[in-house]
Amino acid sequence: MTVDYTERGMLKYSEKLLERFRNPKNIGEMENPTVVAEEGDPQCGDMFRMFLKIENDRIVDARFLSFGCAANIATGDVTVDLIKGKTVDEAEKLQIKEIAEALGGLPAIKMHCAVLSYKTLKKALAEYRKTRSGAGPQG
Amino acid sequence: MSYNSLGARVRVYLDNGTTTPVAREVLDAMLPYFTEKFGHPVFPYSLGLEAAEAVERSQRAVAGTINAKPEEIIFTSGATQSNDMAIRGVAYANRHRGRHIITTKVENPSVLRVCERLEREGFKVDYLPVDSEGFVDTAELERKLTEETILVSVANVNDEIGTIEPVEEIGEILRGRREKIYFHVNAAAGYGKVRIDVKKMGADLLSLSAHKVHGPKGVGALFVAEETPIEPVSYGYISLFKLRPGTENVPGIVGFGRAAELMAENFDRDVSCMRRLRDKLMAGLEEIPYTVINGPRGDKRSPANVSCSFKGVEGESMMLHLDLHGISVATGSACSTTKLEPSHVLTAIGVKAAVAHGTIRFTLGRYNTEEEIDYTLSVVPRVVEQLRRISPVKPEQL
Ligand code: FES
Repeated sequence: MTVDYTERGMLKYSEKLLERFRNPKNIGEMENPTVVAEEGDPQCGDMFRMFLKIENDRIVDARFLSFGCAANIATGDVTVDLIKGKTVDEAEKLQIKEIAEALGGLPAIKMHCAVLSYKTLKKALAEYRKTRSGAGPQG
Repeated sequence: MSYNSLGARVRVYLDNGTTTPVAREVLDAMLPYFTEKFGHPVFPYSLGLEAAEAVERSQRAVAGTINAKPEEIIFTSGATQSNDMAIRGVAYANRHRGRHIITTKVENPSVLRVCERLEREGFKVDYLPVDSEGFVDTAELERKLTEETILVSVANVNDEIGTIEPVEEIGEILRGRREKIYFHVNAAAGYGKVRIDVKKMGADLLSLSAHKVHGPKGVGALFVAEETPIEPVSYGYISLFKLRPGTENVPGIVGFGRAAELMAENFDRDVSCMRRLRDKLMAGLEEIPYTVINGPRGDKRSPANVSCSFKGVEGESMMLHLDLHGISVATGSACSTTKLEPSHVLTAIGVKAAVAHGTIRFTLGRYNTEEEIDYTLSVVPRVVEQLRRISPVKPEQL
């Protein structure tokens, strides 16, 4: 039996994940986003914030901030790549599995970091739907 | 990875509390014991005797560093095994007298997990609280002692935050009791950092590890004072040590002996050098806004340890970014553990989970230099700022 993660120490990340962690393209604040959503991970205490700019039901830009580990930064970054340019309907169909796959897999113990960015995205999209149905300011 | 002005890769190793590089002199001493002097120390032919003599020389060397007798030193696979042998061994051998053990909330997992096992086997264990700097509450220890108490286990130096515990005072308290209470000290983090004298401490058992003092990995020692009732916790073919059956790691033991000699020879110089670098590093890090030092300052802190929390930053990301600059450190962040919980030590001293999240531990060794500290202090503020920029949590909120 091999242990891929020790009680206190480092685990093996894929090269793809490390590359994303070192050079995230989509991290940072966004000015005038259409929606902002924030989620915390109750397990490890991380915070994740996502900004979406939506025009005509299409996500024209997305960015994120992370108070989390390397896996969280990397999953946030691919999540944004996976939804940018998509319609809200399409983005809602995104699966956690696709996020992990885009990174060449995630260590089991780090799946919850992908869940965090996924949950934040879902929350942002739901928020958008709500403002739309409530006759939001945007036409 | 960063490069210095000559184009060579920078490697600044500031995780000596986790493990240290083997000293050249130690490696040289070990090498013949792999290929030429490879005998089994139990056999009385010349190769065996040669190996047995080498083990005895190491016993003398290690004993000399803690004011013990050579025959009170047993070699093990490391401090983790020593702790298990000491705690369970004494618990089993004295269970007829009582089943109460006292330790602290800030011990290494190799002590805590063994104590939890004993609880499952019907022993009662009290875990003493510590104050905000990590000092064990000795008054609480006195209150917790009962007629049933057979063992107390406390580390002389905390491995995460460097607190030097009042083990001599604890030894004094235990000596004042009518019934004998055995005292075990895990000295893995304190070895080579503070003077150790088992007589002054009143320690009956003390655990050591070679790889924290520029010796090899996989070898440690347990000091067991003469006439301490103790049962072996593993069984097999007994070679030199009744308590620790199995073939001795002779090259490792030789390396440990040499590392102990070097540690003793260089003690004053190493300690004053580490302390100077520690204070310089600590002062430099404290200039970074929203940074808190964990543990005490000055003489009550290990000369090798700097633990600090950078608010609003996550430790695993910080550790990996520092690695990109060639700097190796450890983190206490929940993200870096399987249980996703902040370090039990930081929790015990009252650090909030969100602050513990940004904790980095820098630990010094004999070979660190002032230039390395200057380099580290030029990198850390930039990395902290970079990570704060991408964090949704602002340091002033914590
Ligand atoms: S965000 Fe905490 S473990 Fe990944």
